[in-house]
Amino acid sequence: MKIKILIFIIIWLVSFFNFSYADNSEKVDQISKNLRCLICQGQSVYDSQSDFALSMKILIQNKINEGKNDEQIYDFLKSKYGEWIVYDPEINKNTVLLWVLPLILFIFGGILILRKVSIK
Amino acid sequence: MVKNIKLISVVFLVIVSFFILLKGLNKTNNYSPNLNSSKIDFNFKAKFLYSDEETTLYELINDKDFSIINIWASWCLPCRDEHSFLLKLKSLDKLNIIGINYKDNEINAKKFIKELGNPYSKIVVDPSGVNSIELGAYGVPETILINNNSKTILKKYIGPLDYEKFAEVKLIIKNEN
Repeated sequence: MKIKILIFIIIWLVSFFNFSYADNSEKVDQISKNLRCLICQGQSVYDSQSDFALSMKILIQNKINEGKNDEQIYDFLKSKYGEWIVYDPEINKNTVLLWVLPLILFIFGGILILRKVSIK
Repeated sequence: MVKNIKLISVVFLVIVSFFILLKGLNKTNNYSPNLNSSKIDFNFKAKFLYSDEETTLYELINDKDFSIINIWASWCLPCRDEHSFLLKLKSLDKLNIIGINYKDNEINAKKFIKELGNPYSKIVVDPSGVNSIELGAYGVPETILINNNSKTILKKYIGPLDYEKFAEVKLIIKNEN
């Protein structure tokens, strides 16, 4: 009986540490998917195996271990590499067209459809 | 009427996208961040190449008015090309050149310095590449010119130094006084 309990505890501990490790690397994946690999063409940091991306992933891991949250990590990288590194652009003078254009097209398309329906 | 709107909007869209793409053609693909927000991180910790001691960026850039941080590696061919310019820059009195050895093998790095000469006052190693990322670097070679007094980045060169960049560094140092 005692051996059974011992085995159970060992398995539980192993799986617990595995779980906590997996949780952390999942977070790295999640953050690095939102980052543009600046020296690659059309790849995220998550997808890339370039030196730049590999170092970036280590850095993200370090920051997480330091207790930084997602927002702080993104802000840090933005301050170093500029807005371009994140896939989600902020609304500002340069990107306002990017955000507003789909809305305009949507409304415009809606008007077209409405006109067509009402003509019929 | 509906037909007209369709025609006009299609023509309008084609013209707009034509000009957007035309403008894109003239733009260089190399992206470099605007430097207004770039401040130097001082909690940068690294080991020296020639000893096991640890140091911080703050200690590294203390001496003179200007510093150059040059990120290099022995496996990087363009680094060989730019090395002669670094050796020339070494003769400037106000400039302190610091090398960061990026993801390199210690023996190869020392061989590289022995073979081509040492322009650096201090060399630190960055085996994981994390320190370079903290400095906002893209890879090797990369050169960052720092004003030591205001602790700001004056200029960043992605890629190897050439004669033009070399002249520009000299000019910046001359004009910044």
